[in-house]
Amino acid sequence: MTIDQILLQGAAVFLTLCIFSFLYKDNPFYKFAERLVAGIATGYWTMLLFHTNFVPVVWNRLAHDHRFIYLIPTFLGLLMWTRFSKNWSWISRYSIAFYIGISSGISIPLALYAGLFRQLEATIRFPVTLDAAGLYSFLIIVGVLAALVYFFFSAAHKGAMGGLSRLGIYVIMIGFGAGFGLTVMGRIALLVQRIIFIRGYITSLLGIGG
Amino acid sequence: MKFLEKMMQIDRRWIYLAIFLAVIIPAIIPFTVPMSVSPEVKKIYDFVEGLGPNDYLFVAMDYDPSSLAELNPMAEAILKHAFLNDRKVVIVTLSQFGPGMVEEITTRLAGEYNRIRGEDYVFLGYRPYPAITIMLMGTDFRVPFPQDYYGVPLDSLPMMRGIKNFNNVKGVIDLTAGNTADMWITYGNARYNFPLAIGITGVMAADYYQYLQSGQIFGIIPGVKGAAEYERLIDKPGQGMQQASYQVVAHSVIILFIILSNVAYFATRGQKSKLGGAR
Repeated sequence: MTIDQILLQGAAVFLTLCIFSFLYKDNPFYKFAERLVAGIATGYWTMLLFHTNFVPVVWNRLAHDHRFIYLIPTFLGLLMWTRFSKNWSWISRYSIAFYIGISSGISIPLALYAGLFRQLEATIRFPVTLDAAGLYSFLIIVGVLAALVYFFFSAAHKGAMGGLSRLGIYVIMIGFGAGFGLTVMGRIALLVQRIIFIRGYITSLLGIGG
Repeated sequence: MKFLEKMMQIDRRWIYLAIFLAVIIPAIIPFTVPMSVSPEVKKIYDFVEGLGPNDYLFVAMDYDPSSLAELNPMAEAILKHAFLNDRKVVIVTLSQFGPGMVEEITTRLAGEYNRIRGEDYVFLGYRPYPAITIMLMGTDFRVPFPQDYYGVPLDSLPMMRGIKNFNNVKGVIDLTAGNTADMWITYGNARYNFPLAIGITGVMAADYYQYLQSGQIFGIIPGVKGAAEYERLIDKPGQGMQQASYQVVAHSVIILFIILSNVAYFATRGQKSKLGGAR
C-alpha cells in the first residue's frame, strides 16, 4: 500500500468505526462523522449542480447558443429566490404553480395508467383454470380481495366479512414478512460491505494478503 | 424460566454484538455457499445475452454510496456481462451522489475489459428531477445531456451517432435505491413502452414484484442475493458471491434470535397474565 492509500483508506476505516460507535451510544465521534458527511454532501451537490447542470443547461444555452427561450425557465427559477423576502415571497407562487400545473398534467394520467389500471388488469388477467397457473391466478384474486376487505370499514367484520378480513391479515402479514426478510438482507449487506472493507484494509496494511 | 425472562428484556446492544461477531466468522474462515438462480434474474441475463452486436443497452445507476453495498455488485455484474459480449452501453445516473461512484466503476471495468469511452460505452452524467430527465431522454438524449459527463458533445462521440432516444436502445436496466424505479415505470415504460428491468435494494424488493407479474418490468434483481445470482450466471464471482457467506451466518443468528424471542414470549405470557401484566 502507498502512503496515500494508507491515509485515505485509513480515514474511511476511522469514519466507519465512528458511525458504528453509535450502536453503543451517541458520542462525539459519531457526531463528528455525521456532520462531516452532511457538510461534504452539501458542498459536493452544490458544485455538481453548478458545473453539470447550470453551466451546460442554462449558461451555455443562453450565452453561447443564444437560445433565449431559456430565459423563461431561468426567470421562473429566479422568482423562487423571492421566498427569502416576507413581502415578495408571494411571487414565487407563479413558479410553483407553473411547475405543479405541468407536473400534474403529465403525472396524473401516467400514474393512473401505470400504477392503477395496469395493476388492476394484471390482477384479473389470467383465467382461473384447474392447473398451477389457474391456482396462482385464484390466489392473487382472493389475496387482493381479502387484503382490501381488511381495510373496508363500512361493514362490520362478522361472518363472511370477518373470515375474509382475517384472511386479509394473513395476506398482509405474508407481505410484511417478505419485506422484513429482504430488509434484513439489505441491512446486513451494508454491515458486511464495511466489514469486508475493514478486513481488506487490515490485511493490506499488515501485508498478509487475503 | 429466568433465562427466558431475561431474554425478553435483553439489551439490544447484545444483539448488535452477536450479529457483529457472526459476521466476523466468514471474514476469518471464508467459505462459499451454493447459489440457485431465480427466473426474474435469469430473464435479465438472457436479455443482455441476447443483444446483437449493434444493439444498445441503457443502464441507469440511480443510487448513491449509501446503498453501494447492494447495488454495486449488480452494476458491476451487468456491465461486465455487456463488456464481455462486446455490447454498447449508455450509462446515466439520476442520483445526485452517483456521478463520482459511477465514473469510478465504469472507468475501472472499461480498463479491465479494454472498452473505449465514446466508442463502446458512454456515461451521460447526472441531471436532477428524474421524471423530467426520463421524459426528456424519451424525446432526445441531447436535450437533457448536450454533453457527456466529461463535457464532450454527444454528437462528437462515435457511439452516439444515429442514436437519438429510447427508440434506439433495446432495453433499460435501472439500478436504484429510491423511487426512481417508480419513475422509470411510470414516465419511462408507460410512456415510451421500452423493455424495462430493475435492480433494487432488499428493502424495496417486496414492493416491486407486482410490476413483474403485470409485465411492466421483465426482470428484477433483488438486493445482494440477486447480484450474487447474476455473478453466478456470468461466472464472474464478485462482491455479491463474497457477501453470500456472510449473509448466511448473519441470517442464521437473526432466525435464532427470532425463535428464542418467540419461545420466551409465549413461555412468559401466561405468567405475566397471572400477575396482571401483559396479556
